[in-house]
Amino acid sequence: MPDVSRRKFFSFTAAAPLTAAVLSQSAAAAGTGSTAPVQKVWPPATQASARKRIQELHLPNLPLISHEGKRYLFYDDLVKDKAVSLNFFFANCDEICPLVTANLARVQKILGDQVGRDIYMYSFTLKPKEDTVDVIREYRAKYGAQPGWTFFTADPKDMEKLRAAIGFTYPDPVIDKDATQHIGNIRFGNEPLMYWSACPGMAHATWVAETLEYCMHPNDNLGPAFAGAKR
Amino acid sequence: MYYNVFGEKVSRRRFKEMCEAAKNRRELIAAGLTSRRDLFKMGLLTAGGMLVAKSGLSARAQTATPQITPTGNQTQTNNPPSSGSNTSAGTNQNCVPGNQTASPKVTPFVTQLPVMPVAAHSGLATFSPGPTNQPNPSSGSDGREARAFAHQGPTNYPGLFPAANLLGNNYYKFHQVPFTTSQMSPNLPPQTIWGFDDGTHGPHSPGPTYKATYGVPQITRNINSLPPTTQVNNTGFGMPQVTTHLHNGHTPSESDGNPCDFYGNGFFCDQYYPNVLAGFSTQQFRNTGDINEALSTLWYHDHRVDFTSQNTYKGLVGFYCLFNNFDTGDEGTGFHLPSFPQFDIPLAFADKIFDPHSGQLVFDLFNLDGILGDQFLVNGVIQPFFVVSPRRYRFRLLDTGPSRFYQFFLTGNIGSNINPTTNPFFLIGTDGNLIPNPIQVTSVRIGPAERVDVIIDFTNFAGQTLYLENRLNQINGQGPVAVDSLVNPNQDSNNNECVGISNSSQPTILPAGTGNLILQFQVTGPRVRDNSVDPATNPRFYSLPTTTDAPRVVRTFKFDRLNGQWSVNGQFMDCNHPRFTVQQNTSERWLLTNLTGDWTHPVHIHLEEHQILNRNRLAPAVPTDQGRKDVTQLHPNERVELFFRFRDWLHKYPIHCHNVVHEDHAMMAIWNIEATGDMIQVP
Repeated sequence: MPDVSRRKFFSFTAAAPLTAAVLSQSAAAAGTGSTAPVQKVWPPATQASARKRIQELHLPNLPLISHEGKRYLFYDDLVKDKAVSLNFFFANCDEICPLVTANLARVQKILGDQVGRDIYMYSFTLKPKEDTVDVIREYRAKYGAQPGWTFFTADPKDMEKLRAAIGFTYPDPVIDKDATQHIGNIRFGNEPLMYWSACPGMAHATWVAETLEYCMHPNDNLGPAFAGAKR
Repeated sequence: MYYNVFGEKVSRRRFKEMCEAAKNRRELIAAGLTSRRDLFKMGLLTAGGMLVAKSGLSARAQTATPQITPTGNQTQTNNPPSSGSNTSAGTNQNCVPGNQTASPKVTPFVTQLPVMPVAAHSGLATFSPGPTNQPNPSSGSDGREARAFAHQGPTNYPGLFPAANLLGNNYYKFHQVPFTTSQMSPNLPPQTIWGFDDGTHGPHSPGPTYKATYGVPQITRNINSLPPTTQVNNTGFGMPQVTTHLHNGHTPSESDGNPCDFYGNGFFCDQYYPNVLAGFSTQQFRNTGDINEALSTLWYHDHRVDFTSQNTYKGLVGFYCLFNNFDTGDEGTGFHLPSFPQFDIPLAFADKIFDPHSGQLVFDLFNLDGILGDQFLVNGVIQPFFVVSPRRYRFRLLDTGPSRFYQFFLTGNIGSNINPTTNPFFLIGTDGNLIPNPIQVTSVRIGPAERVDVIIDFTNFAGQTLYLENRLNQINGQGPVAVDSLVNPNQDSNNNECVGISNSSQPTILPAGTGNLILQFQVTGPRVRDNSVDPATNPRFYSLPTTTDAPRVVRTFKFDRLNGQWSVNGQFMDCNHPRFTVQQNTSERWLLTNLTGDWTHPVHIHLEEHQILNRNRLAPAVPTDQGRKDVTQLHPNERVELFFRFRDWLHKYPIHCHNVVHEDHAMMAIWNIEATGDMIQVP
């Protein structure tokens, strides 16, 4: 099977993995008993291809609506070429969301005007049906979010896709369905440099801010132990 | 909500189909229908090489492939299920949600196991700037020093430890470097990873193996020669900032490789490894330390906070073997253990994922739970073979993670017409230490960061082929025990078939020959003299230190998950807030608790080893729990009590989960050891 069609086939199976199965990488091998994988010609590995892979798997270009009612595409408008922090909330959540949102407000205060210039903070609602633009605008205002920290709602299907893509899911499907147990982490990343990690939304605001600093202003200087020579 | 392995939501019906497919495949394999010809005859295979779709034989097209592919010899009826690579028949990932893709297929057992070179010294004259007790403020061709504090050894105990510039020949320079390698598999394109270059052997991953000796202090200058942090140059994952931890070392904190002590390109850190027995500053073992605290198998790895999983996955790991007058590395002397490095072989295990389209090593950046790979590497090669002589060997098995637990068996008769066999071997060490006597076992389980030393006697296997087989059926990154509702969604008992787990509190061990055949031993080497001790004669190694000292304080550490956030006592990693202070040269007991019903945490504590007093108040039952440890597996619904003596060195160290994905998501706490400690019981 030529490489191109095999690749096409793989992408087909990725979309509908139950419809068929590939037994061998090469039809020609059938009957000969040979199982040596066909030596394929791999595409060149570049920084650009690595970045594109992350984009395709994790940073989908889904349409989102901000608390100001503006429309954005997740990758093109919000993440591409930026340092970002990403987290989930919903407005009538009374357990974890208030703690995380209030903590993020402290983080924004520490980072000051870097937010909106060097890093963008994004919060996405888990309940887009209930959390309309008006609701999230009000919610945002309640926590004193400053410019550079944007709240989003979306079509519920799109929001679920986004949630899965950026890893805010549980392995246990029962817990995953329960919004009150939702993931309270803050995902952060520097998209062009491909530095991605996460920290708990309830960690000390000073440490979250410091972590985001490393993400938005990466440099070869020293870690926190050296800066203040703390022991 | 149900997901397939691509992270896509699937209907409940689809989910059950996926489980059915797995079940069907297991049945086929159980029936011995593992060759293409068998399947073809059964009408389960189309002429084009496809499994017929209606049979529901694959939920994960690419990984299903190797499970039902013959090895190339049509006369074989009992082919190794994991030949042709990847997940084995039993390691069923079909029910696993997540964003993992399946790796391309590779041919196993075509590359010889690489044995890492023994680290070469570098002359003191090459050090620029020179090593100093205080951090050296000048720069030189090695860059600038990142270390912030004086070496405690020569500063606090000048009679015991020579100054940093007076260590004779015992200097090493390790550069952390990017390099491109084709060694992982001939079926994959070259991979650009990170490794260690000792200046003599070129870049390696795993890095060169240290051959260190008790009583011979040494300095390693770890130089960050990775790309600048500001460059787009990590091929998709990894943070080019390092702090190299000597795992299990009784190391002063400034040389320990603390997660917070990271530095970028242009900096180096002089790490002074005193190679001293714990207890040297106590009354009882003044100046000498306690011989029963002797260490053997240590390892080093990057520990950069928030990025340890990516950086170790990318290659920044290596072995550090520590010898003394008993464990000499020479089978003619001391304990007569097989000679290093010829018959004493470090084995670093790692499971990884390769992108099916590009063939490139990839990392699941957006995973919080733990990452499983579907390709198994030993010393940097996917499923290597190793030609051994019919004699005894010492193997040092290390699970470098990120998240997989292994249960290793020595399997024979794979590919023959007889059933696979399970062969005994001897456990001689757990984590860094030799245990008091060898214990004969048929398997040994290790989790991330754990080590075991084993003796395998190939004398009676001349001409045969054996496999190191992982039979632990781990289905996702949470640990060896599955989430209840994954096994049994909505209490639907049919879905128990999905992973074949009858009792979800116990890991599933697969039948012989159906696990992951990770390393192939070809016992075709020449007959050579064997002067090593026969472990069956029950030789005595070290004794276990007592655990009866009254603890100064009992501390409790609850490992938990709060809305997906990994916590220790409800708090999270913070470099700037140490949680508590241990008093130097005192004993403590630590209670590790895990109230989650389904997550396993391999908990690692720096500086000192511990002994497990009990699990849920019962004395440790398995051999790997009975020796000294630096990592303890904390299983679901468990409370484990540990005994510690905290001695000699001062200042900051971490306690953390060594499922490095959990660790990077803040399941870590910094603590101090000082002349005066506190009594905080729940730090």
